[in-house]
Amino acid sequence: MSRWFSLARWWSMVLKEFLQLRRDRITFGMIIGLPLVQLTLFGFAINTDPRHLPTAVVAGEHSEFTRSYLAALQNSDYFQIIGTLPDQAAATQALVQGKVQFVVHIPPDFSRRLVRGEHPSLLVEADATDPAATGMALAALGQLAQTAAHKDLNGPLAALQPAPPAFDVTVHRLYNPEGNTQFNVVPGLMGVILTMTMVMMTGLAMTRERERGTMENLLATPVRPLEVMSGKIIPYVAIGLVQSTIILLAARYVFHVPIVGNVGTIYLAALLFVAANLTVGITLSSLAQNQLQAMQLTMFYFLPNLLLSGFMFPFRGMPGWAQFIGNLLPLTHFNRLIRGILLKGSGLVELWPSIWPLLLFTTVVMGIAVKFYRRTLD
Amino acid sequence: MTEYAIDVHGLNKHFGDKHVVKDLSLRVRRGEIFGFLGPNGSGKTTSIRMMCGLLTPDSGSGQCLGHDLSDSDAIKRKVGYMTQKFSYWDDLTIRENLDFVARMYQMPRRREAVDRTLEGLGLTSRAKQLTGALSGGWKQRLALAACMLHEPQLLLLDEPTAGVDPSARRDFWEELHRLAAQGISVLVSTHYMDEAERCHKLAYIAYGRLLAQGTADEVIASQSLATWAVAGTRLAELSQLLHGQPGVAQTVVFGGALHVSGPDGALLEATLRRITAGQPVTLTQVATGLEDVFIYLMNQSADNYAVPA
Ligand SMILES: Nc1ncnc2c1ncn2[C@@H]1O[C@H](COP(=O)(O)OP(=O)(O)OP(=O)(O)O)[C@@H](O)[C@H]1O
Ligand SMILES: [Mg+2]
Repeated sequence: MSRWFSLARWWSMVLKEFLQLRRDRITFGMIIGLPLVQLTLFGFAINTDPRHLPTAVVAGEHSEFTRSYLAALQNSDYFQIIGTLPDQAAATQALVQGKVQFVVHIPPDFSRRLVRGEHPSLLVEADATDPAATGMALAALGQLAQTAAHKDLNGPLAALQPAPPAFDVTVHRLYNPEGNTQFNVVPGLMGVILTMTMVMMTGLAMTRERERGTMENLLATPVRPLEVMSGKIIPYVAIGLVQSTIILLAARYVFHVPIVGNVGTIYLAALLFVAANLTVGITLSSLAQNQLQAMQLTMFYFLPNLLLSGFMFPFRGMPGWAQFIGNLLPLTHFNRLIRGILLKGSGLVELWPSIWPLLLFTTVVMGIAVKFYRRTLD
Repeated sequence: MTEYAIDVHGLNKHFGDKHVVKDLSLRVRRGEIFGFLGPNGSGKTTSIRMMCGLLTPDSGSGQCLGHDLSDSDAIKRKVGYMTQKFSYWDDLTIRENLDFVARMYQMPRRREAVDRTLEGLGLTSRAKQLTGALSGGWKQRLALAACMLHEPQLLLLDEPTAGVDPSARRDFWEELHRLAAQGISVLVSTHYMDEAERCHKLAYIAYGRLLAQGTADEVIASQSLATWAVAGTRLAELSQLLHGQPGVAQTVVFGGALHVSGPDGALLEATLRRITAGQPVTLTQVATGLEDVFIYLMNQSADNYAVPA
């Protein structure tokens, strides 16, 4: 036993890492500061349901109908009418310059044709370069026409009201009824922040020894690869849990994210995820020749995690091959775990499909790390 | 138990297409202090690293303390290796560094051993200082003490006294001889002649090739150089004059005298008498020193092996 893995040697590695970490003020500050800054930035900044989008009107007429329609737009919160424009040319220019997101065109004879029952059209031009920015507002448009019509077309004009659809569809928005973006983003941020700090910190761990020349000393002692690697990882497990706590507290008390599930389960998920990322970091650390390379490899690993994990963009919206890659990444599974626990109150049984991939990932990557550990200076 | 602490033959090492160590064969007896000398970049550090398993030789074989070179785990446990470049942790205190080493070797009664080492170094009162704050010489002394902490049977010391003051160096060599008397073997690389003379045996390596091996006297005898000391004034001019003359291999200034050496004693004497005739200098034949021999070896190997640029 002591030949292959010695607890005493392993523990002295752990102690050494803790001591060095404690004296590294900047790193230590980053560990606490980074989650706070990122949470504040992204938690408040990211909104996938933007409101109050600047809207201009090209009004061919001023009638009760159009006033009422514009009021409905304004009241929906999605549109903010910032003024009227004289003609099509001005409208195009405003859209090109990005001054407005929407232009609503009201044809000159709109109310006359409406009253005659000719089913006239309103034209809404949208700057749809960013589908996410306009999507929700455009979806609201149709509904608004109905509402406005319902309000104004009464008495003798009631016949012009659109017929009700043949059947109704009732939607229950579960787990996040108000569609609050933060409820989705803040738990997702937990995984993003942990990925970033865990992989980077351990990524530097081994290359730092190599660059400072202390690796030669370490290699000359009887210490075994597994002792070095796991010993270097342990302090960061603790750090990962501290960061998780900071983020959970902020989620609960700053962003008012409901925590439906069990707190113990949250920490279990965090622990699994932290372990997975640390093994990645330590592997990158063995592969890289120096700290700069380790940083570059970290970024190389971080980007697909950020983009393909379902944090930034809806997972189901990705093509099959991208989902396949996404499923290989720990962040994907952690996102499912944390959202499941926080918002849906899932338990271990429901979460198992996302737990075993993390376990498997950690084992395989740790194997790779030990294999790539260089026992000599060659 | 084999008779030799180190017994390697035919070691080769390449870095890329650079042949850094060429067919190195070396034997260090138990209890022997073996000096390893050679100019900068000659392959001393590389050779030492191969012996303690930090580098894998491209070819060649050998044993270290009875273990095959490939069994580096067994070797590491019994060997104390001091790196040329300081390689302890600057952001740990002196005691923490020693403690870490003691734990790595799973020493029984670790604390006692660390305390003893601190005391021996005279660093007990500074044990809580960060190692990075030590002066260069003190770092060197700490590294030396740390590599001996686990009571190894073989010490591989790569320029252990570079930058260490004379009195600490004398203490260090006394300690080495005491250890050797207890049966501990030492391979030590150095650039200091006085240290070379304190070794039981010497090896001289240049351009990766072992050029001479044996006791100091044997190494000197092997080159059969004749050396004359020229005392007088204007020695620098004389040195210029002698350069390239028949029988003159090298001139080296030693204090107030010029040492002139060459492989052919008679020819050298004739040349000297001819050139110095009528000048106010005295000629005396002296015993060839280690330094004369090393400089001779270095010049010879530069002529023989240096790759033209
Ligand atoms: N890791 C390495 N990669 C490439 N070349 C190397 C490496 N280590 C050493 N060398 C080369 O091998 C040669 C021998 O180096 P080595 O360090 O063994 O010399 P040395 O005798 O210890 O020199 P010094 O007296 O300056 O310490 C040098 O030319 C050096 O440039
Ligand atoms: Mg060297």
